[in-house]
Amino acid sequence: MSMIRVELPAPLLRHAKITSGHEVLLEVDAPVTVRRVLDALEAAHPTLCGTIRDQTTKGRRAFIRFFACSEDLSNDSPDEPLPDAVIAGLEPLIVLGAIAGGLG
Amino acid sequence: MSSVRVLAGTRKGAFILTSDGKRKDWKISGPHFTGWEIYHMKASPVAPNRIYASQSSGWFGQQIQRSDDGGETWNPVSAKFDYDGVPGTHQWYDGTPHPWEFKRVWHIEPSLTDPETVFAGAEDAALFKSTDGGNSWTELPGLRTNATAPGWQPGAGGMCLHTVILDPTNPERIVIAISAAGAFRSDDGGKTWKPINKGLNSKFLPDPTAEVGHCVHHIAMNSKTPKTLFMQKHWDVMRSDDAGDQWTEISGNLPTDFGFAIDVHTHEPETVYVVPIKSDSEHFPLDGKLQVFRSRTGGNEWEPLTKGLPQQDCYVNVLRDAMSVDALDDCGIYFGTTGGQVYCSPNGGDDWTAITEHLPAVLSVEVQTLA
Repeated sequence: MSMIRVELPAPLLRHAKITSGHEVLLEVDAPVTVRRVLDALEAAHPTLCGTIRDQTTKGRRAFIRFFACSEDLSNDSPDEPLPDAVIAGLEPLIVLGAIAGGLG
Repeated sequence: MSSVRVLAGTRKGAFILTSDGKRKDWKISGPHFTGWEIYHMKASPVAPNRIYASQSSGWFGQQIQRSDDGGETWNPVSAKFDYDGVPGTHQWYDGTPHPWEFKRVWHIEPSLTDPETVFAGAEDAALFKSTDGGNSWTELPGLRTNATAPGWQPGAGGMCLHTVILDPTNPERIVIAISAAGAFRSDDGGKTWKPINKGLNSKFLPDPTAEVGHCVHHIAMNSKTPKTLFMQKHWDVMRSDDAGDQWTEISGNLPTDFGFAIDVHTHEPETVYVVPIKSDSEHFPLDGKLQVFRSRTGGNEWEPLTKGLPQQDCYVNVLRDAMSVDALDDCGIYFGTTGGQVYCSPNGGDDWTAITEHLPAVLSVEVQTLA
């Protein structure tokens, strides 16, 4: 079991009524992957279902990105293990709204 | 004393405007759901403090919010909108088949009798129903699987189901409209549907009187006369006196009959309001003058209403769900603009005042009349 730090964009923090800062801490069983982290995130905060990945297909929403350790993990398999520094709690998994996706 | 509560959905959040029955002094609360597009908000007519809001974002998708205290506090309910079975295809802009894809909820219509029951009109066009206050949604698939559906095409704003009208005298009857498929009616509670587009004439179609393919922008009904429907089509203002079986043009002396919003006076079923927009490529009022047009004769004869509205250099639009009426004795008319103004006339359209002027672009306006 690892304690994973997940950094969320401000609109999702407000939506989920998270007031403890930009990060949430989640317990995730090994192997720690994007899929498992998001499963844990949605279990802890069900109102985030559908905001990061599609509720049915579980595919990443088009204008969401996953960064960690200065790497863009968005197009990696959601079942790839996350970097060691994320698993060790030294770095967060960053969920980011892409610089696109709005009308103004 | 009666009061009114105006629910304004905007491009960047929701606002709630309240006033007493004089409708002169207003309090504004918001923005709620800052930064999110609020396509529509509507309250249950039988539980007025229960308000539903459709919240969406290009980044974060669709959410549905519910308040049970008149908009003081909100909680997300389910936003899981799954088409029933394999969704199939409709026509894409280039005429090729394109799979149905859920994008957002354009319109929320609470039941007239049960606060737990609510309908949601979606893009790509489908009608969903919840019987547990929005905690779960089920598609009424008979609409999307109508025999005409594979030929439906999206309008410029997407293939959206934007109008849902419930008949207060017949709980089995639902009228909906889709851009750019047209109007449809169910007489069995949403199980089966038929196109109701006879009399519509759309010159952009190869067959201008085709069964489907008409870009219906909005439909309005007075609950006292549920068989009479008024429609603002892409071009043309229309009426039907048989629940949509046959439509007749009532554009009459309107200076332009393009527009989006249309509504009916609460106490006078033959008094109708539209906001003429210059054209399909110029979505602003004619000559920069913001004018509501009123017909007291059920159409054809229209008078401009301008007192209190800007009469020069005004180039805003009034979107399809951005007009509403209250139920006070002196019927109030309300509309919001893409420039962020919400206007109110407390006397049936004779005089207008901007009750707020600097909101984000207004997508929808609904009014509640509270005891």
